[in-house]
Amino acid sequence: MSNNVHMRVFRGDQTGGGFKDYQVQADEGMVVLDVIHRIQAEQAPDLSCRWNCKAGKCGSCSAEVNGKPKLMCMTRMDTFTPGQTITVEPIKTFPLIKDLVTDVSWNFQVNKKIPPFKPRPKNPDGTWRMMQYEADRVQEFRKCIECFLCQDVCHVLRNHGKHEDFFGPRFMVRLASLEMHPLDAADRLKLIKEIGGIGFCNITKCCTEVCPEDIHITDNAIIPLKERVADRFYDPLTRLFRIFAGGGQK
Amino acid sequence: MANYKIHETDVLVIGAGGAGLRAAIESAALGMKTAMVMKSLLGKAHTVMAEGGAAAAMANADPRDSWKVHFRDTMKGGKMLNNYRMAELHAKEAPDRINELEEWGAVFDRTPDGLIMQRNFGGHTYPRLAHVGDRTGLEMIRVLQDKAVHMPMDIFMECTVTHLFKNGDAIVGALAYTRDTGEFHLFQAKSVVLATGGGGKAFTVTSNSWEYTGDGQSLAWQAGADLLDMEFVQFHPTGMVWPLSIRGALVTEGVRGEGGILTNNKGERFMFNYIPDAFKNDVAATDTEANQWVREVITGKQATVRRPPELLTRDVVARAIVNEVREGRGSSHGGVFLDIATQRTADEIKRKLPSMYHQFIKLANVDITKEPMEIGPTAHYMMGGVLVHPETQMSTVKGLFAAGEVGAGLHGANRLGGNSLSDLVVFGKRAGAGAADYVKQTKPSAKVSEHDVDAAIAENLSTFDHKSGENPYALHKELQEMMNTYVGIMRKEEDLKKALVELDAFEKRSANLSVVGTRVYNPGWHLAMDLRNMLITSRAITMAALERKESRGGHARSDYQGYDPNYAKVNLAIKNANRQMVVEQIPRSPLPDELKNLVEEA
Ligand SMILES: Cc1cc2nc3c(=O)[nH]c(=O)nc-3n(C[C@H](O)[C@H](O)[C@H](O)COP(=O)(O)OP(=O)(O)OC[C@H]3O[C@@H](n4cnc5c(N)ncnc54)[C@H](O)[C@@H]3O)c2cc1C
Ligand code: SF4
Ligand code: SF4
Ligand code: FES
Repeated sequence: MSNNVHMRVFRGDQTGGGFKDYQVQADEGMVVLDVIHRIQAEQAPDLSCRWNCKAGKCGSCSAEVNGKPKLMCMTRMDTFTPGQTITVEPIKTFPLIKDLVTDVSWNFQVNKKIPPFKPRPKNPDGTWRMMQYEADRVQEFRKCIECFLCQDVCHVLRNHGKHEDFFGPRFMVRLASLEMHPLDAADRLKLIKEIGGIGFCNITKCCTEVCPEDIHITDNAIIPLKERVADRFYDPLTRLFRIFAGGGQK
Repeated sequence: MANYKIHETDVLVIGAGGAGLRAAIESAALGMKTAMVMKSLLGKAHTVMAEGGAAAAMANADPRDSWKVHFRDTMKGGKMLNNYRMAELHAKEAPDRINELEEWGAVFDRTPDGLIMQRNFGGHTYPRLAHVGDRTGLEMIRVLQDKAVHMPMDIFMECTVTHLFKNGDAIVGALAYTRDTGEFHLFQAKSVVLATGGGGKAFTVTSNSWEYTGDGQSLAWQAGADLLDMEFVQFHPTGMVWPLSIRGALVTEGVRGEGGILTNNKGERFMFNYIPDAFKNDVAATDTEANQWVREVITGKQATVRRPPELLTRDVVARAIVNEVREGRGSSHGGVFLDIATQRTADEIKRKLPSMYHQFIKLANVDITKEPMEIGPTAHYMMGGVLVHPETQMSTVKGLFAAGEVGAGLHGANRLGGNSLSDLVVFGKRAGAGAADYVKQTKPSAKVSEHDVDAAIAENLSTFDHKSGENPYALHKELQEMMNTYVGIMRKEEDLKKALVELDAFEKRSANLSVVGTRVYNPGWHLAMDLRNMLITSRAITMAALERKESRGGHARSDYQGYDPNYAKVNLAIKNANRQMVVEQIPRSPLPDELKNLVEEA
């Protein structure tokens, strides 16, 4: 079972570019990345794209497919209506290099600003005991494959270009994985507030919707971090608020 | 003079998977000026895809485990062709390296009393694989990556090495290009650590990504270093077979570790018919016994009976599957069935094997909690690679080191699952230390000849000048099909000889590839350069396979079935004699008594 599909793929670089049309044979079970590879092999050997695992594990193949942020390797061709034209273009939040490839190095610079894991002292028996339920809490965040699709859709970065002031959802997830790590003893709250710019997030949840790893970025990472920041830096106010709200003092 | 940027460094690490990262961390910690380059972005190397876990005899899940048992399992799994010193060091040091990862922030799955949990895998006597669900590699690479970026080192992403340079008999540097601009970079390096992984991309059906083009093996050989055990290619028994576009993608052995069974189109659990004599005493004889083992193990008890035959070593299981299919008992798409749905509850499957669940539902429309998976062998891992010193990881060329999949020795004729992730950290650390020590002791120069650099750059750019040459994608596809057919899971003399003839022809054609477009992020150009390495590595595999006239581990010959005791006494080296590839038998030195006793105790 195979059929001819009409693809519109962005071709271009910093100097400009536009969509180019390709007619491609798509076989049963193919994903968008397979079709891109077929275009490379048969029609446009210099078409740039990133990929590694072809199984949703490495986060290399992010792109916008029909305007939606997706992993190309996990987007099956048979999810589109037959005859539909399929557009593929690069993610938007980062500068274009060429075709489907963007310069994501900013993310790696942000990561470097986050103080690394700092373990608390070991137990007297020379181990760290950590229960599975404690591990579960952070393992969700540690599933992140750094596809940067959440960075792509977050309006703070995408529309307002606040790359200088806001780390973006990916690094809120990373911060949560460290801050909630049962063995970690470092304190990153000041950084989260002042340099990470957590206040810029207004909880639109767009990031959560696109995460291919189903990480509850907003509910489980960002909101709890916001609460911790509020507890630390606005404590008198929160206390006051709690009194008025009838919560009384802790 | 061609145009390029120059960097100076004490240690250049090529590759940023587990092995490269661990080597770079060690080298930087020892005060060396360190640079690390990689073909992809940081955190995307193959290590990220590893699923099942890292083997280390920590004895958290079964107190009977120890380095001695791990050593014995590794040697038995490798059909006694392993470098025994490496197998010993690996078994002894793996627990420390895993604990160190925890110290750096890794969150492994836990035992009920809060220690690192360990799971069963093929060929391991006790539950031994530290794991995080089925995304162990992701956890490992992320932890190492975060450790590395906070150390003093220079990191070059999407920067591919195409040539190594020597001065006299020592390594002095490397040439690389960056993908984004196509610019060249010369690294004047006092020592080089290869951590480039394997070369599965020479085969059609493979679990490997575009990066795996055998670069390290090829670069080392071109620099005059010996390769070892190249005939041993691991075909993992469980790759996906359908849909075609995803053929080869890995289904973790963890599925069988968690109780998955293999059946043919008659519904028979066929692995009981394929238990080799050497393993008869270790494997369950009946369905009932095998099922009891699974029940005991998943409830956290010590197993009192023998393990299921599905957990035999990979070479045995892969060949059994090929035989079932050949004799007409395969699935409609040419595989067999792997069934976990009838063995575990849907909840358990989703919790223990979440990414497998995800992968099948998304890519094959198969719900593995309800239906069996269709699977078949896929080219997965190279046991062979650069011949190294077991303690320092130095190759036969001064200043050139190798660790991880690109190195050889630890796994012998067949690697046990889980022994790679532990290999990366044990020997990655050793290679970093080895390189640092070499730099401190010998104070090498790093003087690269300008002429060599110009020649290398000219070679890299030549494809742009060929206006009517061949398309690199087409040549790659032909190479893959040829290797799959003639040098695949079942080999014979006639086929291997044909393969050598074909390789000669491919080599001629590869000199006339042509590339369109510019140097900016041009995958066709990148592939043209990768092909040089694939051809060299493929030839090394084929020549060694022709020489070993027996079947052992990851090398099976239909014209020489079974072990030949004479070949138990030798490893095969691939050497560079004036740019000609030659095979040489290297006699094995006998095991020292205390290690010999460990192997024979069983
Ligand atoms: C799907 C899958 C699942 C697996 N599961 C397991 C498992 O559960 N347990 C286990 O023990 N093993 C497993 N393995 C095997 C294991 O993951 C690999 O053998 C191991 O990760 C290799 O690590 P490495 O550090 O040697 O190389 P890699 O992680 O592959 O890294 C190689 C690095 O070298 C770079 N490189 C290559 N060539 C060049 C060049 N010319 N210039 C610059 N850089 C270069 C690459 O960009 C990359 O950064 C699995 C493998 C696969 C494919
Ligand atoms: S929830 Fe916050 S981080 Fe996520 S997309 Fe909205 S603003 Fe950005
Ligand atoms: S949090 Fe999710 S969407 Fe964001 S980078 Fe990680 S995996 Fe991708
Ligand atoms: S190629 Fe790895 S996520 Fe798509």
